[in-house]
This record gives sequence, C-alpha cells and structure tokens, in this order.
Amino acid sequence: MSLQDYLLYVVVPIICLSLMIILARFIKGPHVVDRVIALDLIITSGVGLIGVFCILYQDASFLDTATILALIAFLSTIAFAYYLDKGNNND
Amino acid sequence: MTDIIIMILCTLGAIFIFIASLGIYRMPDFYTRLSVTVKAGTIGIGCILGAVALYFADFSVTTKVFAIIFFLFITSPVAAFMISRTAYSTGVKLWKKSVVDELRDDLEKECLEEGKELDLSEQPEK
Repeated sequence: MSLQDYLLYVVVPIICLSLMIILARFIKGPHVVDRVIALDLIITSGVGLIGVFCILYQDASFLDTATILALIAFLSTIAFAYYLDKGNNND
Repeated sequence: MTDIIIMILCTLGAIFIFIASLGIYRMPDFYTRLSVTVKAGTIGIGCILGAVALYFADFSVTTKVFAIIFFLFITSPVAAFMISRTAYSTGVKLWKKSVVDELRDDLEKECLEEGKELDLSEQPEK
C-alpha cells in the first residue's frame, strides 16, 4: 500500500467525516457564537485537507491557498466578535 | 522510512481533527465547546503540515509551513478569547454544572472599587 493510497482511503475520509459532524453543529447551533466557532473549525480543518491534497497531488503551490484561508478564519472570527459586541451595546 | 513517519503524522492529525469535531458536537455548552475545538484543531493542523514539510523536504515549502503553523498558533487563542468574551457579554449561559466563573468575580470586584451597583442583567446566572 503506497503513501498516496493510504492518504486517499484512510486520512481523507476521516477529515471529511469530521467536516460533516462540524456542519451538523453549524446548522444546529443555538446561538450565533456557536455558528461562528463552527465556521472557524470548518476553515481550520479545510487547511488540513489542503495539506493532505498537497501530498496526494505532489504540488506544493496549494499551500498559498492554505495561508490565505488561515488568515480569513482569524479575520472572520474577530469581525464577528466585534460586530456582535457593538450591536449589543447599541440597542 | 519517511513514508511511515508521514503516515503516522497524517493519521495523528486526522484523529485530532476528528476529536475536535466530536467535541464541538457533544459538549454541553458554548465555553466547553470552544476549549475543545481550539486546542485540538491547532495540534491537528500542526501534525498534518509537519507531514507536508517532511514529504517535500524543500526550503520554500518548509518556510510556508512554518509560517502557517506560527500564524495559527498565535491567532487562534486570540480569536477564542475575543469570541468567548463577546459570548459572555451577550448573555450566553454557562453549563449548570460549571463551578468557576472568574470573569464574574472580576466584574464584581471592579464595580465594588468604583462604588457602583453591579449590573448583571445581561450576564448569565451563576
């Protein structure tokens, strides 16, 4: 069993299963903040999936996308926190 | 030999991400969910990206991997702190079996020093 087969048939299904479980929490989440952290975790797991794809297709240029995604995850969480706090103070 | 190390690192990372997803689905309230996801998520990403750096064994790839890991390790606790503080001030309730609420103690002490009445109408019950 080569490295590529192992990654394709063992590691990628585990990450996809966890993405589906996180998506269930994203749909269910009782508050807005639950959805925000679920979105954060979805993007972070996406960075991991991109890392596995780099090894699968032997192309390191996908890592640039991973950098941008990590940046967007941080910025979206901070922006949601800021606007939820501000909206609470105004009303 | 390198293949086996890469397999082990990728499996560890995938298992950590899976534990994080189970935690975010099963934990009883927002704050415990937050603590599980942040820790497990960062360690999982660290393992998988370390495997990528081992596989390519190239200077530019390793630099990018270290940049991503460093950025995630710096920013994810900050984001967790901001979002949990926002959740507390918008009135998300703690789990009823929680025993410690240090932010509430701090707020009480602050109000006592300023001689004001503590306004806890929007904070959760203890």
